[in-house]
Amino acid sequence: MSVAWTCVIAIGLATVLIKATGPVLAGQRELPVRAGRVVELLGPALLAALVATQAFADDEQLVLDERGAGLVAAAAAIALRAPILVVVAVAAVTAGLLRALA
Amino acid sequence: MLPLLPAVLLFGSSFGVLARSAGFDPLATVVMSATTFGGSAQFAAVSVIGAGGTALAAVGAAVLLNARYAPMGLAAARSFEGGRLRRLLESQLIVDESWALAQEVGRFDRRRMVGAGLLLYPVWVAGTTVGVLAGASLGDPAALGLDAAFPALFLALTLPLIATRNALAAALGGAGLALLLTPVAPAGVPVMAATLAAAVGLLPRRPLRREAARGGRSSRGAPGSRSEAAA
Repeated sequence: MSVAWTCVIAIGLATVLIKATGPVLAGQRELPVRAGRVVELLGPALLAALVATQAFADDEQLVLDERGAGLVAAAAAIALRAPILVVVAVAAVTAGLLRALA
Repeated sequence: MLPLLPAVLLFGSSFGVLARSAGFDPLATVVMSATTFGGSAQFAAVSVIGAGGTALAAVGAAVLLNARYAPMGLAAARSFEGGRLRRLLESQLIVDESWALAQEVGRFDRRRMVGAGLLLYPVWVAGTTVGVLAGASLGDPAALGLDAAFPALFLALTLPLIATRNALAAALGGAGLALLLTPVAPAGVPVMAATLAAAVGLLPRRPLRREAARGGRSSRGAPGSRSEAAA
Protein backbone atom coordinates (compact mmCIF):
# COMPACT_ATOMS: atom_id res chain seq x y z
CA MET A 1 0.00 0.00 0.00
CA SER A 2 1.26 3.47 -0.80
CA VAL A 3 2.30 5.87 1.92
CA ALA A 4 -0.67 8.09 1.07
CA TRP A 5 -3.28 5.32 1.42
CA THR A 6 -1.65 4.08 4.63
CA CYS A 7 -2.10 7.57 6.06
CA VAL A 8 -5.65 7.93 4.78
CA ILE A 9 -6.83 4.63 6.24
CA ALA A 10 -4.98 4.84 9.56
CA ILE A 11 -5.91 8.46 10.24
CA GLY A 12 -9.49 7.94 9.07
CA LEU A 13 -10.02 4.94 11.36
CA ALA A 14 -8.38 6.62 14.32
CA THR A 15 -10.49 9.75 13.85
CA VAL A 16 -13.76 7.79 13.61
CA LEU A 17 -12.91 6.05 16.90
CA ILE A 18 -11.79 9.24 18.65
CA LYS A 19 -14.92 11.15 17.67
CA ALA A 20 -17.26 8.28 18.58
CA THR A 21 -15.77 7.45 22.00
CA GLY A 22 -17.77 9.93 24.09
CA PRO A 23 -21.13 9.77 22.29
CA VAL A 24 -21.16 5.95 21.94
CA LEU A 25 -19.58 4.85 25.23
CA ALA A 26 -20.42 7.62 27.69
CA GLY A 27 -23.63 9.00 26.24
CA GLN A 28 -26.13 6.75 27.96
CA ARG A 29 -24.55 6.72 31.39
CA GLU A 30 -25.65 9.03 34.14
CA LEU A 31 -22.59 10.92 35.36
CA PRO A 32 -21.97 11.62 39.05
CA VAL A 33 -22.81 15.26 39.81
CA ARG A 34 -19.20 16.29 40.34
CA ALA A 35 -18.05 14.66 37.10
CA GLY A 36 -20.90 16.40 35.32
CA ARG A 37 -19.65 19.77 36.55
CA VAL A 38 -16.20 19.05 35.16
CA VAL A 39 -17.60 17.86 31.81
CA GLU A 40 -19.71 21.02 31.67
CA LEU A 41 -16.56 23.13 31.81
CA LEU A 42 -14.85 21.29 28.95
CA GLY A 43 -16.72 23.68 26.64
CA PRO A 44 -15.21 26.95 27.88
CA ALA A 45 -11.80 25.35 28.54
CA LEU A 46 -11.42 23.83 25.05
CA LEU A 47 -13.00 26.75 23.21
CA ALA A 48 -10.68 29.22 24.90
CA ALA A 49 -7.72 26.99 24.01
CA LEU A 50 -8.83 26.98 20.37
CA VAL A 51 -9.03 30.78 20.42
CA ALA A 52 -5.55 31.04 21.93
CA THR A 53 -3.82 28.55 19.62
CA GLN A 54 -5.56 29.62 16.42
CA ALA A 55 -4.74 33.28 17.07
CA PHE A 56 -1.26 33.05 18.60
CA ALA A 57 0.34 29.71 17.65
CA ASP A 58 2.27 29.04 14.47
CA ASP A 59 3.28 25.39 14.57
CA GLU A 60 5.23 25.24 17.81
CA GLN A 61 5.91 28.96 18.14
CA LEU A 62 3.97 31.71 19.83
CA VAL A 63 3.55 34.62 17.44
CA LEU A 64 1.85 37.98 17.42
CA ASP A 65 0.70 38.49 13.84
CA GLU A 66 -2.30 39.63 11.81
CA ARG A 67 -4.51 36.95 13.36
CA GLY A 68 -3.87 38.47 16.81
CA ALA A 69 -4.82 41.88 15.45
CA GLY A 70 -7.97 40.34 13.98
CA LEU A 71 -8.81 38.87 17.38
CA VAL A 72 -8.41 42.24 19.10
CA ALA A 73 -10.69 43.80 16.49
CA ALA A 74 -13.18 41.00 17.03
CA ALA A 75 -13.10 41.58 20.80
CA ALA A 76 -13.85 45.26 20.20
CA ALA A 77 -16.78 44.32 17.96
CA ILE A 78 -18.09 41.96 20.67
CA ALA A 79 -17.77 44.73 23.28
CA LEU A 80 -19.89 46.91 20.97
CA ARG A 81 -22.46 44.11 20.88
CA ALA A 82 -22.04 43.46 17.18
CA PRO A 83 -23.79 40.36 15.78
CA ILE A 84 -21.57 37.31 15.45
CA LEU A 85 -21.37 37.61 11.66
CA VAL A 86 -19.99 41.12 11.99
CA VAL A 87 -17.49 39.96 14.62
CA VAL A 88 -16.14 37.28 12.29
CA ALA A 89 -16.05 39.64 9.29
CA VAL A 90 -14.26 42.35 11.27
CA ALA A 91 -11.51 39.87 12.23
CA ALA A 92 -11.04 38.63 8.66
CA VAL A 93 -11.04 42.11 7.12
CA THR A 94 -8.59 43.40 9.74
CA ALA A 95 -6.15 40.53 9.15
CA GLY A 96 -6.57 40.69 5.36
CA LEU A 97 -5.99 44.45 5.21
CA LEU A 98 -2.94 44.31 7.46
CA ARG A 99 -1.43 41.58 5.27
CA ALA A 100 -2.18 43.55 2.12
CA LEU A 101 -0.43 46.61 3.60
CA ALA A 102 2.58 44.65 4.87
CA MET B 1 -22.50 29.68 9.94
CA LEU B 2 -23.14 30.45 6.28
CA PRO B 3 -20.33 33.01 5.89
CA LEU B 4 -17.91 30.35 7.13
CA LEU B 5 -18.69 28.10 4.20
CA PRO B 6 -16.64 30.05 1.62
CA ALA B 7 -13.71 29.96 4.07
CA VAL B 8 -14.09 26.20 4.47
CA LEU B 9 -14.30 25.80 0.68
CA LEU B 10 -11.05 27.74 0.24
CA PHE B 11 -9.24 25.80 2.97
CA GLY B 12 -10.53 22.56 1.44
CA SER B 13 -9.17 23.49 -1.96
CA SER B 14 -5.80 24.47 -0.53
CA PHE B 15 -5.69 21.13 1.29
CA GLY B 16 -6.33 19.40 -2.05
CA VAL B 17 -3.45 21.26 -3.65
CA LEU B 18 -1.08 20.59 -0.76
CA ALA B 19 -1.94 16.88 -0.65
CA ARG B 20 -1.33 16.49 -4.40
CA SER B 21 2.02 18.26 -4.12
CA ALA B 22 2.92 15.89 -1.26
CA GLY B 23 2.37 12.93 -3.59
CA PHE B 24 -1.16 11.90 -2.55
CA ASP B 25 -3.15 10.61 -5.51
CA PRO B 26 -6.45 12.39 -6.24
CA LEU B 27 -8.70 9.67 -4.85
CA ALA B 28 -6.71 9.27 -1.62
CA THR B 29 -6.86 13.04 -1.09
CA VAL B 30 -10.64 13.25 -1.44
CA VAL B 31 -11.19 10.07 0.60
CA MET B 32 -9.09 11.59 3.38
CA SER B 33 -11.33 14.66 3.55
CA ALA B 34 -14.40 12.44 3.50
CA THR B 35 -13.23 10.07 6.24
CA THR B 36 -11.09 12.22 8.52
CA PHE B 37 -13.04 15.49 8.20
CA GLY B 38 -10.64 17.44 10.37
CA GLY B 39 -8.68 20.20 8.67
CA SER B 40 -5.74 20.67 10.99
CA ALA B 41 -4.94 16.94 11.19
CA GLN B 42 -5.16 16.56 7.43
CA PHE B 43 -2.89 19.55 6.78
CA ALA B 44 -0.43 18.20 9.35
CA ALA B 45 -0.36 14.71 7.84
CA VAL B 46 0.26 15.78 4.24
CA SER B 47 2.82 18.35 5.42
CA VAL B 48 4.81 15.59 7.16
CA ILE B 49 4.73 13.40 4.04
CA GLY B 50 5.51 16.39 1.80
CA ALA B 51 8.57 17.15 3.92
CA GLY B 52 9.82 13.57 3.48
CA GLY B 53 8.50 12.16 6.77
CA THR B 54 7.31 8.59 7.30
CA ALA B 55 3.70 7.43 7.29
CA LEU B 56 4.06 6.68 11.00
CA ALA B 57 5.11 10.27 11.72
CA ALA B 58 2.22 11.61 9.63
CA VAL B 59 -0.32 9.39 11.36
CA GLY B 60 1.09 10.32 14.77
CA ALA B 61 0.89 14.05 14.05
CA ALA B 62 -2.68 13.76 12.77
CA VAL B 63 -3.89 11.60 15.66
CA LEU B 64 -2.35 14.02 18.16
CA LEU B 65 -4.26 16.88 16.54
CA ASN B 66 -7.53 14.98 16.38
CA ALA B 67 -7.19 13.72 19.96
CA ARG B 68 -9.11 16.81 21.11
CA TYR B 69 -12.24 15.31 19.58
CA ALA B 70 -12.28 12.82 22.47
CA PRO B 71 -12.91 15.43 25.20
CA MET B 72 -15.11 17.37 22.77
CA GLY B 73 -17.18 14.24 22.19
CA LEU B 74 -17.30 13.60 25.93
CA ALA B 75 -18.60 17.12 26.52
CA ALA B 76 -21.33 16.50 23.93
CA ALA B 77 -22.03 12.87 24.85
CA ARG B 78 -25.07 13.37 27.07
CA SER B 79 -26.98 15.15 24.31
CA PHE B 80 -26.77 12.21 21.88
CA GLU B 81 -29.81 10.02 21.42
CA GLY B 82 -30.72 6.71 19.85
CA GLY B 83 -28.76 3.56 19.19
CA ARG B 84 -25.04 3.07 18.79
CA LEU B 85 -25.01 3.36 15.02
CA ARG B 86 -26.84 6.68 15.04
CA ARG B 87 -24.51 7.98 17.77
CA LEU B 88 -21.49 6.79 15.82
CA LEU B 89 -22.63 8.49 12.61
CA GLU B 90 -23.67 11.75 14.25
CA SER B 91 -20.43 11.91 16.23
CA GLN B 92 -18.48 11.99 12.96
CA LEU B 93 -19.92 15.46 12.31
CA ILE B 94 -18.01 16.86 15.29
CA VAL B 95 -15.43 19.36 14.08
CA ASP B 96 -14.20 22.46 15.89
CA GLU B 97 -16.76 24.74 14.23
CA SER B 98 -19.87 22.53 14.54
CA TRP B 99 -18.96 21.69 18.14
CA ALA B 100 -18.32 25.32 19.04
CA LEU B 101 -21.61 26.50 17.54
CA ALA B 102 -23.53 23.96 19.63
CA GLN B 103 -22.17 25.18 22.97
CA GLU B 104 -24.57 26.67 25.46
CA VAL B 105 -24.15 27.24 29.17
CA GLY B 106 -24.46 23.85 30.82
CA ARG B 107 -25.75 22.06 27.75
CA PHE B 108 -24.84 21.01 24.22
CA ASP B 109 -27.25 21.56 21.33
CA ARG B 110 -26.70 18.34 19.39
CA ARG B 111 -29.14 19.30 16.65
CA ARG B 112 -27.23 22.48 15.94
CA MET B 113 -23.96 20.52 15.83
CA VAL B 114 -25.44 18.01 13.38
CA GLY B 115 -26.95 20.78 11.24
CA ALA B 116 -23.68 22.69 11.09
CA GLY B 117 -21.73 19.48 10.42
CA LEU B 118 -24.03 18.51 7.56
CA LEU B 119 -23.34 21.90 5.94
CA LEU B 120 -19.60 21.87 6.59
CA TYR B 121 -18.96 18.28 5.47
CA PRO B 122 -19.99 18.52 1.78
CA VAL B 123 -18.31 21.92 1.46
CA TRP B 124 -15.04 20.55 2.88
CA VAL B 125 -15.11 17.53 0.56
CA ALA B 126 -16.15 19.66 -2.44
CA GLY B 127 -13.38 22.18 -1.74
CA THR B 128 -10.85 19.36 -1.58
CA THR B 129 -12.14 17.93 -4.86
CA VAL B 130 -11.85 21.30 -6.59
CA GLY B 131 -8.30 21.73 -5.32
CA VAL B 132 -7.34 18.25 -6.51
CA LEU B 133 -8.91 18.65 -9.95
CA ALA B 134 -7.90 22.24 -10.64
CA GLY B 135 -4.45 21.81 -9.15
CA ALA B 136 -4.76 25.33 -7.80
CA SER B 137 -6.60 26.60 -4.78
CA LEU B 138 -9.56 28.89 -5.26
CA GLY B 139 -7.72 31.66 -3.50
CA ASP B 140 -5.27 32.19 -0.69
CA PRO B 141 -7.27 31.95 2.56
CA ALA B 142 -4.58 33.86 4.46
CA ALA B 143 -4.57 36.79 2.02
CA LEU B 144 -8.29 37.19 2.68
CA GLY B 145 -7.74 37.04 6.44
CA LEU B 146 -9.89 33.93 6.69
CA ASP B 147 -7.53 32.26 9.15
CA ALA B 148 -8.38 35.09 11.54
CA ALA B 149 -12.11 34.41 11.18
CA PHE B 150 -12.03 31.16 13.14
CA PRO B 151 -10.46 32.37 16.42
CA ALA B 152 -12.86 35.36 16.26
CA LEU B 153 -15.82 33.01 15.90
CA PHE B 154 -14.58 30.86 18.78
CA LEU B 155 -14.09 33.93 20.98
CA ALA B 156 -17.63 35.11 20.27
CA LEU B 157 -18.91 31.63 21.20
CA THR B 158 -16.77 31.35 24.34
CA LEU B 159 -17.83 34.56 26.08
CA PRO B 160 -21.52 33.64 26.52
CA LEU B 161 -20.43 30.42 28.26
CA ILE B 162 -18.70 32.35 31.00
CA ALA B 163 -21.59 32.62 33.42
CA THR B 164 -19.86 31.41 36.56
CA ARG B 165 -16.49 32.01 38.20
CA ASN B 166 -15.63 28.40 37.49
CA ALA B 167 -16.37 28.83 33.80
CA LEU B 168 -14.17 31.94 33.74
CA ALA B 169 -11.39 30.01 35.46
CA ALA B 170 -11.78 27.09 33.03
CA ALA B 171 -11.58 29.41 30.00
CA LEU B 172 -8.57 31.37 31.29
CA GLY B 173 -6.89 28.17 32.46
CA GLY B 174 -7.53 26.41 29.15
CA ALA B 175 -6.15 29.29 27.10
CA GLY B 176 -3.21 29.73 29.47
CA LEU B 177 -2.24 26.03 29.44
CA ALA B 178 -2.49 25.93 25.65
CA LEU B 179 -0.26 28.97 25.23
CA LEU B 180 2.27 27.75 27.82
CA LEU B 181 2.61 24.38 26.12
CA THR B 182 2.68 25.64 22.51
CA PRO B 183 6.47 26.28 22.44
CA VAL B 184 7.37 22.99 24.15
CA ALA B 185 4.84 20.36 23.03
CA PRO B 186 3.92 18.92 19.62
CA ALA B 187 0.88 20.44 17.89
CA GLY B 188 -2.34 19.07 19.34
CA VAL B 189 -1.01 18.57 22.87
CA PRO B 190 -1.62 22.19 23.98
CA VAL B 191 -5.36 22.03 23.22
CA MET B 192 -5.65 18.57 24.79
CA ALA B 193 -3.93 19.84 27.94
CA ALA B 194 -6.57 22.57 28.21
CA THR B 195 -9.05 19.89 29.27
CA LEU B 196 -7.24 19.84 32.65
CA ALA B 197 -8.58 23.33 33.30
CA ALA B 198 -12.11 21.90 33.42
CA ALA B 199 -11.14 20.35 36.78
CA VAL B 200 -12.04 23.69 38.39
CA GLY B 201 -15.58 22.31 38.09
CA LEU B 202 -14.81 20.45 41.33
CA LEU B 203 -14.78 23.78 43.19
CA PRO B 204 -18.01 25.23 44.61
CA ARG B 205 -20.03 27.15 42.07
CA ARG B 206 -20.42 30.90 42.31
CA PRO B 207 -22.31 33.03 39.84
CA LEU B 208 -20.39 35.73 38.06
CA ARG B 209 -21.98 39.08 38.66
CA ARG B 210 -23.08 40.51 35.39
CA GLU B 211 -25.69 43.02 34.37
CA ALA B 212 -26.93 41.51 31.16
CA ALA B 213 -26.29 38.79 28.68
CA ARG B 214 -23.46 39.40 26.24
CA GLY B 215 -24.17 40.85 22.84
CA GLY B 216 -23.28 39.10 19.63
CA ARG B 217 -25.55 36.14 19.96
CA SER B 218 -28.81 37.62 18.73
CA SER B 219 -28.58 35.61 15.51
CA ARG B 220 -28.66 32.37 17.49
CA GLY B 221 -31.34 33.16 20.00
CA ALA B 222 -30.52 34.23 23.53
CA PRO B 223 -29.83 31.21 25.72
CA GLY B 224 -27.96 33.42 28.17
CA SER B 225 -30.84 34.71 30.27
CA ARG B 226 -32.20 31.22 30.89
CA SER B 227 -28.89 29.57 31.61
CA GLU B 228 -27.53 32.37 33.72
CA ALA B 229 -30.54 32.13 35.92
CA ALA B 230 -29.79 28.43 36.23
CA ALA B 231 -26.20 29.11 37.13
